[in-house]
Amino acid sequence: MSNATIDRQWTTRLRRRVEGALPPEKLLPDTQPSYVASWIYVFGVATLVALALVTLSGLVLALKGPTWWHVSNVGHFVNSTHLWSVELFFFSMVIHLWGKFFMAAWRGNRSLTWITGGVTFMASIGTAFTGYVSQTNFDSQWIATQAKDGINSTGIGAYFNVLDLGQMLMWHITLLPLAAIALTGLHVILVRKRGVVPPFADEVAA
Amino acid sequence: MQPSHLAGVINLDHPGHYIHFHWLLISYGNAIVIGLMVATFVAVLFLPFPGSRLKDSHE
Repeated sequence: MSNATIDRQWTTRLRRRVEGALPPEKLLPDTQPSYVASWIYVFGVATLVALALVTLSGLVLALKGPTWWHVSNVGHFVNSTHLWSVELFFFSMVIHLWGKFFMAAWRGNRSLTWITGGVTFMASIGTAFTGYVSQTNFDSQWIATQAKDGINSTGIGAYFNVLDLGQMLMWHITLLPLAAIALTGLHVILVRKRGVVPPFADEVAA
Repeated sequence: MQPSHLAGVINLDHPGHYIHFHWLLISYGNAIVIGLMVATFVAVLFLPFPGSRLKDSHE
């Protein structure tokens, strides 16, 4: 097989493209610029850690079923871990968002990084809302009956029925988490590819 | 259903408390969380990061 034939293979072309865009030293760097030594840069990673906790506790709840936590001390603990890691997730994500907004973190060809972060935030809100209506308690019933009027007024109530526990649970544990986690992965890859946005002063100096 | 352990410390058996000021209507719980986020955001802008001064002195 000639070199030209190998060069044409899609696996070869994809590998070279990935290696060019994300060499290993860029994907897993040893050091960061000195301006990253600030607490404001901690909250992106804190969000990732919280997402891992949300996912792990959610996996246990998914294995045991939506009503397990009502009848088990361990289930109650796992459910509470799921709730409080979600609180930590949104808390960290909002501070990360504020920090990046005031840094104008879309500078330097980083618009897609900003957009994937924004869309991840939206997907996370959807995941949280469908979680509220999947609690299988009076709280979830109340929220679902209140939400249905809002959803119906948008015209999508026939396709996205907040009173349908099965549908809401599937959105909550499958579709939306997959979207949120995939977008988070893409967001992190883009951060690694483009690097952390420098402060305004450094950009002007450069 | 398991009794909430928090309920032993705080009586939750009542309607939620809300701040109502003109057009603004927000529960105390949400207002406290937003206040904590703002306070944390301001704090992280000014709190020194461990080792950052050391790194600056080497540069």
